[in-house]
Amino acid sequence: MILKKHLITASLAAALSMPVVGQAESVKIGFVTTLTTPAGVIGEDMKNAVNLAVEHLGGKMAGKDIEVMFEDDGFKPEIGKQKTDKLVKRDDVDFVAGFIWSHVLLASSKTVLDAGKFLISSNAGPSQLAGKGCNKNFFSTSWQNDQTPMAMGEVLNQQGVKSVYIIAPNYAAGKNMVAGVERAFKGKIAGKDMTKWGKDKQLDFSAELAKAKASGADGLFIFYPGSAGGAFIKQYQQAGLRDSLPLYSVFTVDSISLPKLQAAKIDGVVGSKSTMFWAPDLDNAANKKFVADFKAKHGTYPSFYAAQSYDSIMLINSALKATGGNLDNQDAIRAAMEKADFDSVRGRYSYGKNHMPIQNFYLREVVADADGNWTTKVVRTVFKNHQDSYVDQCKL
Amino acid sequence: MIGTLSKPSGLVYSTVIVLLLIAPVVISLMEHSFYLDLLTRILILTIAVVSLNLIVGYGGMISLGHAAYLGIGAYSVGIPSYYEVFNGYIHLGLAIGGSALFALVTGIICLRTRGLYFILITLAFTQMLYYTFVSIEEYGADDGLVIYQRSEFGGLLDIENANTLYYAVLVVLLLSLYLMHRLIHARYGKVLFGSKHNDERMQSLGYNTYQYKLSCYVISGTLCGIAGFFLGNFTNYISPEMMDWTHSGELIFMMVIGGTGAVLGPVLGTATFLFLEEFLSSITVYWHLIFGLLLIALVMFGKGGLHGLLSRMDRRWEKSQ
Amino acid sequence: MDWHLLISQLLNGLQLGLLLFLLASGLSLIFGIMDFINLAHGSFYMVGAFVGATVVSLTGSLIIAVVVTMIAMLILGVLVDILIARKLYGQDHLDQVLVTFGLILVFDTLAHIIWGSAGATIPLPDVLNGQIEIATFVMPTYRLLIIVCGLLVALGSYFLVTRSRLGMLIRAGASNRNMVTALGVNIDRLYLIVFAIGAAMAGFAGLLIAPITEASIGMGNEIIIIAFVVVIVGGIGSVKGAFYGAILIGFIDTLGRSYLDDLLKLFLSNQSAETAAPALSAMLVYILMVVVLVFKPEGLFPPSGFNKK
Repeated sequence: MILKKHLITASLAAALSMPVVGQAESVKIGFVTTLTTPAGVIGEDMKNAVNLAVEHLGGKMAGKDIEVMFEDDGFKPEIGKQKTDKLVKRDDVDFVAGFIWSHVLLASSKTVLDAGKFLISSNAGPSQLAGKGCNKNFFSTSWQNDQTPMAMGEVLNQQGVKSVYIIAPNYAAGKNMVAGVERAFKGKIAGKDMTKWGKDKQLDFSAELAKAKASGADGLFIFYPGSAGGAFIKQYQQAGLRDSLPLYSVFTVDSISLPKLQAAKIDGVVGSKSTMFWAPDLDNAANKKFVADFKAKHGTYPSFYAAQSYDSIMLINSALKATGGNLDNQDAIRAAMEKADFDSVRGRYSYGKNHMPIQNFYLREVVADADGNWTTKVVRTVFKNHQDSYVDQCKL
Repeated sequence: MIGTLSKPSGLVYSTVIVLLLIAPVVISLMEHSFYLDLLTRILILTIAVVSLNLIVGYGGMISLGHAAYLGIGAYSVGIPSYYEVFNGYIHLGLAIGGSALFALVTGIICLRTRGLYFILITLAFTQMLYYTFVSIEEYGADDGLVIYQRSEFGGLLDIENANTLYYAVLVVLLLSLYLMHRLIHARYGKVLFGSKHNDERMQSLGYNTYQYKLSCYVISGTLCGIAGFFLGNFTNYISPEMMDWTHSGELIFMMVIGGTGAVLGPVLGTATFLFLEEFLSSITVYWHLIFGLLLIALVMFGKGGLHGLLSRMDRRWEKSQ
Repeated sequence: MDWHLLISQLLNGLQLGLLLFLLASGLSLIFGIMDFINLAHGSFYMVGAFVGATVVSLTGSLIIAVVVTMIAMLILGVLVDILIARKLYGQDHLDQVLVTFGLILVFDTLAHIIWGSAGATIPLPDVLNGQIEIATFVMPTYRLLIIVCGLLVALGSYFLVTRSRLGMLIRAGASNRNMVTALGVNIDRLYLIVFAIGAAMAGFAGLLIAPITEASIGMGNEIIIIAFVVVIVGGIGSVKGAFYGAILIGFIDTLGRSYLDDLLKLFLSNQSAETAAPALSAMLVYILMVVVLVFKPEGLFPPSGFNKK
């Protein structure tokens, strides 16, 4: 009881006496991601990349100290929104970045944009924010959800796949992914299952795999980010579908799932194809430095989540450099960010009017690297300077 | 009156109420609108906990499905807004009507059971509602709905203004506390309380306890639906997640921290719960560990919650007088 | 009708049902005998998966993992019984709900601290990663193994409950708690044994599923609610009830996921049907529970001589 009373007093005191940190000396960035629940592993990767970016910048942007505040959304839209409220209203950050999940981003975007702050998505790319709901202060350093699966649809066409079976989680991004592959793929959709997602997500896909097998499709398209991807691929191999039903995935086979799959000896994933705007082996100076330093520090390849998060910080830095660190002139910062004038780890890219990247998409294959660790390697470029399909709905 | 006020409990409760009344002024002077948000959230959830306290504390009906009403109330704002109907009277009407109806229908069935069965059947109905909203593609399914505009009350009230929303919630909370006070001191409350402890006895005394319990269940659900209406407006967002069983569990915790069955307990309980959550989660991502241990300790060693503590202090104070 | 598909789905349903049985039988006895609502029973499922994964990664042996996990879970069960649960047996249900809710938070966070958020996987030997062919029918070997293990445990618990002295006490306790106490049995020890066995069975279930999904934080929190549904549907305190209830619910869930979307497409657009089907099949389980509670509140297979008090 006594302990509890102290805690209450302390929390009240902490709550009411939070000092307003001097605004002139530092640039404040709020970063919302998932740090608890099994999806926390993605958030950790993003956090590591942000910290690496800050380190590479020597802790300063245009002479100002970088102050990054990480918040955990707990994989729940309403918690994400609460944390975003806190970043905007209490900590008075200049930029809010992060956001793995489309639904968390959608729930949180209003707070940031209403307050006239900059919102940078380091992963989620829901169609709403690329189209009708686009905003002058919203930027993405990742992609619009539909783009990557569209590239995959194109690959399926090129490889002469006649029919695919689709399995994806039932939430905003899952629906976008399915829409993307359906838009680009010219063959037949043999069947489709949308599974339960969220913190109580479905992880046993026995029923869906049995259906996919019975459908007689030529290929299996999946989208399972985070730990669900590993679980899916294991069951795919255990069901013996490797030869009869080749796997085509987006955002599923990455440096987070591969080490675990390797540990579980699921070699069915080696050689499987995925599409992506980036790969650890992309040949440019910024990427080489990023991947090498990340590996040296954390022992694993960075994931695409990490690459995007790293770029978010670098994008902000480019804007501050262009304005000489002046945070008050929003128009100048926005104009600078629209130029995307920095060496992205994906190579140079540009922005459409909806502030979604116009960039290349690559076909990647799972291979073992020189040390025997599984990673992805670029096979070829599928789309050059690809723009998303929602930009015309954006009235900016 | 003076005597009651100078008791420790009177002192605490009157201080809390005065603080709540002047909080927006102080906060706007300090330019910290975030804390007004926190207080508004506390007040809204307090209304929900007050409603839960009525069925658990007085009626002895432990519901693990009370978050359903928060969801019904919030969707009553979200769904009309989706069709660009922003009329607040319609929203509020739907919230009250919807939650009363849901409470009536489920109450008729749930109240045939008791104990573990009651806990699980209330949970089952809430899970059904949860999955219903998860299955409706039109209203965002798992992703939920963003509420771009708050309910409009035709110039009477502008709840887009944070202070107005705060005071509107505060008024509803004070009214509901008054309602609880009147209810439990009337014969109605005595019958309920009697039935909690010995249902057969009350029945043999000629009371139709089923009807008392059912009406109590409906009043409670409706009040929680109103809290949901405010919650939807306040967060500008609604998803099925709001009805998750863990949220119902949290409401029970807020109630127990304050002191089950104490009229003003929910105010202290909810505030403590949310301040603790805010405070602990800012220290470490592992805050659930401390939180869980505190909760276990509270139930096992801190009988009666904060209200119980205050009552013990009151008795000591009375002796010393 | 695709008979191959139907049979695979029935086997998948059986596999899910047997996992549920491992969880629900312990839960049912703990409630039936000790009058204790243990929301944290799902945490044992999670801990079992994590401990198993750790042992496999250290020793590389699935057999050692099973043995060590069972021992660890028995110890954990004993600890939770002595430190916390024992003080709440037969007490206010509200207190039990709250304390075990708190325990879930504690276990989930401890798992996060000890094993990290990434989760842990259990590699299988190549034999188990493959498939078994029976005539023209192909089934993942490991899923078949789960079914076999589940059936063996079910059979074992049937003999334990019907043929042993401990089983006799358990049955007596489940149908009439007071009588067992009156007989002068060391009731604390009986409770301890039941609680520890329940924890071990839940942990075993977690260990079994981990090679398919993985050990992850909070994996027990959703399945525990379904396990409670099984307990109610089958009849509190009845191992037989838990078995039939679990299989029934396993079938409903799996068949719902397999066929409901095709059924719904007759009335709804494709996208709406894909969204509604998994939710509706999840809902079916709760509808079943409400129907049972209203028409046969003692459950479908109540313990013999069951009396409500």
